[in-house]
Amino acid sequence: MPDLLLEFLSEEIPARMQARAADDLKKMVTDRLVAAGLVYEGAKAFATPRRLALSVHGVLVRQPDIKEQKKGPRVGAPEGAIAGFLKAAGLSLIGEAKVEKDAKKGDFYVAVIEKQGRPAIDVIGEMMPEVVRTFPWPKSMRWGSGRLTWVRPLHSIVATFGPETEEPEIVHFEVGGIKSGNETRGHRFMAPAPFKVRRFDDYVAKLEAAKVVLDPARRAASILADAKHLAFAQGYELVEDDVLLAEVAGLVEWPVTLIGAFDAAYLAIPEEVIRATIRNNQKCFVLRDAATAKLVNKFILVANEEASDGGKAIIAGNERVIRARLSDAKFFYDADLKTRLEDRLPKFGGIVFHDKLGTQAERIARIVALAGQWAPIVGADGAKATRAAQLCKADLLTDVVGEFPELQGLMGRYYAEAQNEDEAVAHACEDHYKPKGPDDLVPGDPVSIAVALADKIDTLVGFWAIDEKPTGSKDPYALRRAALGVIRIIVENELRLPLRLQLWRHFSVIRRDENLADAIALLHPLNEQILKLSATDIELAVKLEVLVSEKAKQLAGPVLVQAHSYLHQTHDLLSFFADRLKVQLREDGARHDLVDAVFALEGQDDLLMIVRRVAALGNFLDTDDGKNLLAGVKRASNILRIEEKKDNKSYAGAPDAKRLAAPEEKALAEAINIAKKDASAAVAKENFAAAMSAMAKLRPRVDAFFEKVTVNVDDKVLRENRLKLLNEIREATRAVADFSRIEG
Amino acid sequence: MAEANLRASDRSRPDNLDPSRSFQGLILALQQYWANWGCVILQPYDMEVGAGTFHPATTLRALGPKPWNAAYVQPSRRPKDGRYGENPNRLQHYYQFQVILKPSPPDIQDLYLNSLKVIGIDPKIHDIRFVEDDWESPTLGAWGLGWECWCDGMEVSQFTYFQQVAGFECSPVAGELTYGLERLAMYVQGVDNVFALNFNGRDDEKKVTYGDVFLQAEQEYSRHNFEFADTGMLFEQFKMAEAACKKYLADGWSKDRKHHLMALPAYDQCIKASHVFNLLDARGVISVTERQSYILRVRELAKACGEAWLATEAGGAAG
Repeated sequence: MPDLLLEFLSEEIPARMQARAADDLKKMVTDRLVAAGLVYEGAKAFATPRRLALSVHGVLVRQPDIKEQKKGPRVGAPEGAIAGFLKAAGLSLIGEAKVEKDAKKGDFYVAVIEKQGRPAIDVIGEMMPEVVRTFPWPKSMRWGSGRLTWVRPLHSIVATFGPETEEPEIVHFEVGGIKSGNETRGHRFMAPAPFKVRRFDDYVAKLEAAKVVLDPARRAASILADAKHLAFAQGYELVEDDVLLAEVAGLVEWPVTLIGAFDAAYLAIPEEVIRATIRNNQKCFVLRDAATAKLVNKFILVANEEASDGGKAIIAGNERVIRARLSDAKFFYDADLKTRLEDRLPKFGGIVFHDKLGTQAERIARIVALAGQWAPIVGADGAKATRAAQLCKADLLTDVVGEFPELQGLMGRYYAEAQNEDEAVAHACEDHYKPKGPDDLVPGDPVSIAVALADKIDTLVGFWAIDEKPTGSKDPYALRRAALGVIRIIVENELRLPLRLQLWRHFSVIRRDENLADAIALLHPLNEQILKLSATDIELAVKLEVLVSEKAKQLAGPVLVQAHSYLHQTHDLLSFFADRLKVQLREDGARHDLVDAVFALEGQDDLLMIVRRVAALGNFLDTDDGKNLLAGVKRASNILRIEEKKDNKSYAGAPDAKRLAAPEEKALAEAINIAKKDASAAVAKENFAAAMSAMAKLRPRVDAFFEKVTVNVDDKVLRENRLKLLNEIREATRAVADFSRIEG
Repeated sequence: MAEANLRASDRSRPDNLDPSRSFQGLILALQQYWANWGCVILQPYDMEVGAGTFHPATTLRALGPKPWNAAYVQPSRRPKDGRYGENPNRLQHYYQFQVILKPSPPDIQDLYLNSLKVIGIDPKIHDIRFVEDDWESPTLGAWGLGWECWCDGMEVSQFTYFQQVAGFECSPVAGELTYGLERLAMYVQGVDNVFALNFNGRDDEKKVTYGDVFLQAEQEYSRHNFEFADTGMLFEQFKMAEAACKKYLADGWSKDRKHHLMALPAYDQCIKASHVFNLLDARGVISVTERQSYILRVRELAKACGEAWLATEAGGAAG
């Protein structure tokens, strides 16, 4: 079966777009082939800086014929109906239609329409212009006097189709004045002459001869192997960098790996700065000494050609540029060291963090306040946490970070160390950004934890307050990452934070308007009361509502009501945390229904306890006691649901002890009381395993009850009492989770 | 053929015009190359601009249907980049060599590469790369796609296919080449400090360096740009240029608004406003929020000038 070869030769395609473009080309062409009935055996797409290529092999030579039957009117139908049928079926005489016998309804006409499949080469030629015109480049452009758009000017198109054994034909089409053909060019400098190709095999081989390696994976592999070899030959080790490798492989058609050096005096600059300079600006790799793991004054560059002087001029040129770059970096670094971090802070007063969230100075002040507030909760020294929070953003104003934004935090630590800050403070300057992603470690030092939480919570509450929440795939302020960071810091450090209260207070802090000071002042006496409330055992919102209404008369009402309104936002943000935690727990392998069962309990804002509850619940449900109790609770819930619906009333409330008749009934009621008491006591002690054990003791009583006692008896009073008892089973288990949310 | 011609011209060229030893020789070589190709060689625009793109020969001529091929040196001023002559690479005043080809010819990349050969950069021994770099000028309401051109890891030129200028689609598309002359010269002369560039290619008592010509100016203008430029006057000048631009634009329209008679004088005032804004910015008297609004004001002028230009003869308006 024939193979299809396509190549689009253009001016230089941005490296970052190449892989995606190859995939898109494959998908666009093969989708259209299949839609046209042209199935194929396999397809591979490739990209170089100047070309996109696709090979589809084992394509059908022609579309299969299609036979279609069209039912027409009955024999003897009015002339109009017959004429309409002939037109629709493409027939000229009714005699061309078959007559289908039908004894019941009468005979009718059937037209058999046969569509002959067309040669694949014609079909492909017709589909290609649209592929080119609608190609989804992230950014495309026009050139010259034409209207066609492509990522950069498109110069030629190869399109051949034919079986392995024969000379393939050109798939003819034209788009934007470019006619498809079978001619391409090699390397821009080393083999610019045009040459003809037949099919994929000779295409790849001829390109290789013309100094073009088509497959990006092969280019990357050869760069990596050569770079390692060059490093090894000098007794060093390559600092591998997959992202850089992929980018460099997208900048060259014929990779030639060379090694250069720079003045060892520059090694006095922090290694990360050297690496960023050489990597970001020059797209070169750095090397290290395998024994000491320290950088050495060498670099690996990847040129796009075999130079006639063996690469001497290229190495010399790159060395000069890197020298100049490192000289700049050293100048920046030395200059940065001359200014103490705290002396940079006043500048933040003139830098807007976000239009609606004030200046960087205001933001830093909030972080300082939060970090100070939380230091005791997370076991950090208050003075150190405040100091760290003050300095943690100062490196944003240094020249090195201005030049290499990805070094933020790290440079803060270096500069803090250089000015002899406390070790914990210096580390917090770097670690408060962590975790930066799912694979990053969370900070472990209490000072870093306090600042990291303060930084992230201020971001989250801030953007929540101005209603800039993530939607769908849009999360421009990386709020999901911030929330997940908070969750991981809390859970992995086993921290206890009443989040609801903290978030609520910060919503009132984030307000920059003049009412803020008033609101805080007014709320101050109230804050004391709020602080006394335990957020885990009651719904804070309800209590606040009561407090606000009581105080509203004495205090300025509207401001207080406004402060109270933050409760709604707090609730919203908490459910965002809950969603992120669910995602995280699910990724960690916890059952999603268990997560839901725990979250269904009201007032959950202690993330660590939620995680522990889910774990304990999972363990419990793995035991026979757990499974049977769950079955019992479900049975009770089902009966209740049906009866409550039937009677249109709820059977909440305690059953009347005096009306408990059967011994199993009495035993169950007693067991529920004990289980409730024991489970609540265990939950209060945060011993969830013990709470589950207390629940487990219910199991034989529940089983016995269902075995011996009939709920739906004729005695209405007795029936109601028994239904209430069933409700008690459900209620009792709510001490640990909402069992009705558990599947199984 | 081209190679042979190059060698012939090499032989006929006096040593002190060799681009690898003479800054002015490099400029002359580029001018000659593009003149040979068919560009009109213009002289610098006689106003302060931030880049060669601001020259009406690029900004305005990039608009409209008429073919246009030009090349010129443009002294460019970036007040903020001044370093009092103490930085070996940074200058508040430097030269760009600008080439504009409309419509962009199909072999424009080859034309560019051949121009590098003329100034002594042979792609057979130097690693020339086209690295993605999309260009956007917020003040000109312009954008295009193209590359930074790298020679052995150093950016030596900008290469842009204009897609839009002054808010109007460019059709046909103009190709713009911008050579950073000091950088290129430093590279081919092999010097690390711009002020050490040999300006006139002489090695005798007549030798003049870039520093001899410009060091004092860098020092004086850095003082001016950062410390002494009269901000009160500049704020006034901005307002006046803005008002004048609007006035000339309004006065230049024909009654039926089909023709414009003063697009160029109006555009001069737009350039003026832009440079005054750059000076104010360097003096640090424009806050972040104000900055955005100043950029928008200049863009509005640029857009209105573009619209006026399209209603002139050179802009392609029907007679």
